[in-house]
Amino acid sequence: MSLCREKMKEYFRGIKRGMPICLGYIPVSFAFGITAIGLGFTTLQATIIAITNMASAGQLAGVQLIHEHAAAISIIVTTFVINMRYMLMSFTLTQKIVPNMPWWKRCMMAFCICDEVFVFATMEKDDVTFPFYMGLMTMPIVGWTGGTFLGAMASTLFSPTIQSCMSMGLYFMFIAIIVPEARKSRKVAAVIVLASALTCLFTYVPYVNILSKGGWGVIIAAIASAAIGASMKSANRRRKAVIKAQSIENEVVEHQNQN
Amino acid sequence: MDQKFVIIGMILMAGTTYLIRMLPLAFFKKKIENEWIQDFFYYIPYCVLAAMTFPAIFTSISSNEGLEGPAVQHITAAVVATIVSMILAWRKHGLVTVAIFGVLAAIATEWLWKFMG
Repeated sequence: MSLCREKMKEYFRGIKRGMPICLGYIPVSFAFGITAIGLGFTTLQATIIAITNMASAGQLAGVQLIHEHAAAISIIVTTFVINMRYMLMSFTLTQKIVPNMPWWKRCMMAFCICDEVFVFATMEKDDVTFPFYMGLMTMPIVGWTGGTFLGAMASTLFSPTIQSCMSMGLYFMFIAIIVPEARKSRKVAAVIVLASALTCLFTYVPYVNILSKGGWGVIIAAIASAAIGASMKSANRRRKAVIKAQSIENEVVEHQNQN
Repeated sequence: MDQKFVIIGMILMAGTTYLIRMLPLAFFKKKIENEWIQDFFYYIPYCVLAAMTFPAIFTSISSNEGLEGPAVQHITAAVVATIVSMILAWRKHGLVTVAIFGVLAAIATEWLWKFMG
C-alpha cells in the first residue's frame, strides 16, 4: 500500500515537472497542425502523426516527404538521421535510470524521449524512476497532441497567407534553439553556418541540386558538417595534446640541463 | 494525396522514430567512450536544424498554394520574419516569444505590402 502511494507521489512529481514543457509545446505543435493541413493531411492524420512521433523536426521532414510522394527508403533514412539525436539521449538515459529496470518499462519510456523531456530527466539529482518518467512525459504528450489537433482544426479559420505565416513557427523554434547555442560556442556556430551553406549549395547550384530531391540534401549536409565539426575538434585536441607533450618534454630537458 | 501512401508513410515515420529511441534504452548497458562519436552526436542536432531551416525558411511562405500577391512579397515577408526571430533568439528570448513575434513580423510585412499597393 505504501509502495503504491510512493509510486503515485513520484508520478505526480513528474506531472508537475512536465507542465512547462507542455505549455511550450502547444504553440509549436499548433504550427505543425497548420502545416500538415496545408500539405493535404486530415486532422486525424496530423494528430496521429503527432502522438506517434513526438518529434518536431522529424515530423516536419516526414510530412513534406509524404506530400512529395518520396521513396519509402528516403522517408526511413531522413527520419533516422533527423531523429538520430534521440539515439544519443536514449544511450545517455541508460546511464541515468534506476538499475535493473525491466525491458517493458524501458520500452514504454522510449515512446517519449524528446529534447526537453530528456533534459529535465537528466537534471534529476537521483536515478530516474519509472513512475517519475511516466509522469514527466504525460503532459508534454497531451500538449503536443492537443496543440496539433487545435492547429489542424483552426487552420480553416485563416486565409492561406496567414496560414503560411503561422506555419513558419516551427522554423522560428529551430532558430530559437540554434542561435543561443551558436552565441555560446564558436564551434557550434561554425557547424551551423557550414550546414546551412552546404544545404544552399545542394539546393541552388545546378547539377549538385539533384541531391536535394527527396530531402537527401538536408541529410548529407547535416552528416557532413557534424563529421567535419567532430574531426576538427579531435584534430584540435590532438594538437593540444602534442603541444602539452612537447612543453613537458622541454621542461624535462631544461630540468636535466640545470642539473 | 494517395491515401494508401500517406498511411504507409505514417507507419514508416512512427516505426523508425520509435526504434531509434527504444533499441539503445532496451538493450544498451555500457558507456560510449569514443570521443569522435560523442562530438558527432553533440553536433548533429544543430546541423540538422540549421540544414532544415536554411534556405527553406526563405521560401516557406511563397512555396504554398493559393496565395495572393507576387512571390517577391512572400519572400520579403519570410526574410523580415527570419531576421526578427534571429535577433530575438540572439537576445535569448524563449521559444514561444521567438515563434510568436516571428509569425507576427511575417503577417505585418504581408499586410504592409498589400496596403502599399
